[in-house]
Amino acid sequence: MNRALEDSNRRMLRVRDAMDRDHALPLDVPALARLAHVSPAHFARTFRATFGETPHRYLQRRRVERAMFLLRHTDRGVTDICFEVGFRSPGTFSRTFRDIVGRSPRAFRREGGALAVPTCFAMAWARPASGPSGERPREGEDGRAAPSGK
Amino acid sequence: MFTGIAQSQIYVLDQDQARAFYVDTLGLEVAADVDLGFMRWLTVSVPGHPERQILLEKPGPPALSEETAAQVRALVTKGAMGGWLVLTTQDCHRTHRTLLQRGVEFTEEPTERPYGIDCGLRDPFGNRIRFTQPTG
Repeated sequence: MNRALEDSNRRMLRVRDAMDRDHALPLDVPALARLAHVSPAHFARTFRATFGETPHRYLQRRRVERAMFLLRHTDRGVTDICFEVGFRSPGTFSRTFRDIVGRSPRAFRREGGALAVPTCFAMAWARPASGPSGERPREGEDGRAAPSGK
Repeated sequence: MFTGIAQSQIYVLDQDQARAFYVDTLGLEVAADVDLGFMRWLTVSVPGHPERQILLEKPGPPALSEETAAQVRALVTKGAMGGWLVLTTQDCHRTHRTLLQRGVEFTEEPTERPYGIDCGLRDPFGNRIRFTQPTG
């Protein structure tokens, strides 16, 4: 039995859950260490030993993941998204985003929706399926209709 | 061919603590709690649904070597073991309030999603649990 390790893991998991949940808040290592009931130095070291990356990096990845979603699925401005996901400056946001994703937030957004197939195919295949009364695409040799909404 | 899912399993680190959490706190009921000699067979189910049981299994010898059991415990407490449950509820917000008062560790507040309202929590050991109030 290694209760000490398991207790430590569980505390680190609690802090990681807090980062997932409250990523937009100004979380720093001292604040996170308080959640784990350990000193800041001990916390940063233990978190890394537990999950394989620093708490700072984990939080950055969580924020960038949210930013990727908002860039692709909303029309909100990049600076607006930067603050929304918890970054304090657009410069840090752009640098961190590029470091993790490999391109800038604007480039990432531009690529979304850009399909590398001729437009007529994209139009035909991305079109929502028609309702029960309309014609449906055939699926398979028995001619069964594909499920709607797919 | 198949007619249902009768049993599933998640690992817990302490079966007394697991029973207290899953039954007294979450409100599931004990379907079986039997000392088989070689193991304690502890299953819980949603009240009124004994046909679907969850085995709360403690990892350890002789089923697993002490070394492997330690690895399983480490993964459970890191939230990486993968066992998880999604329960359904009639009122997500009310259930959330009730469980919050009982000290449950929530990972996510009730959130509107295309399939319903749901939220997330951890059991005392690190396993993920969600409950959903399905749409319509």
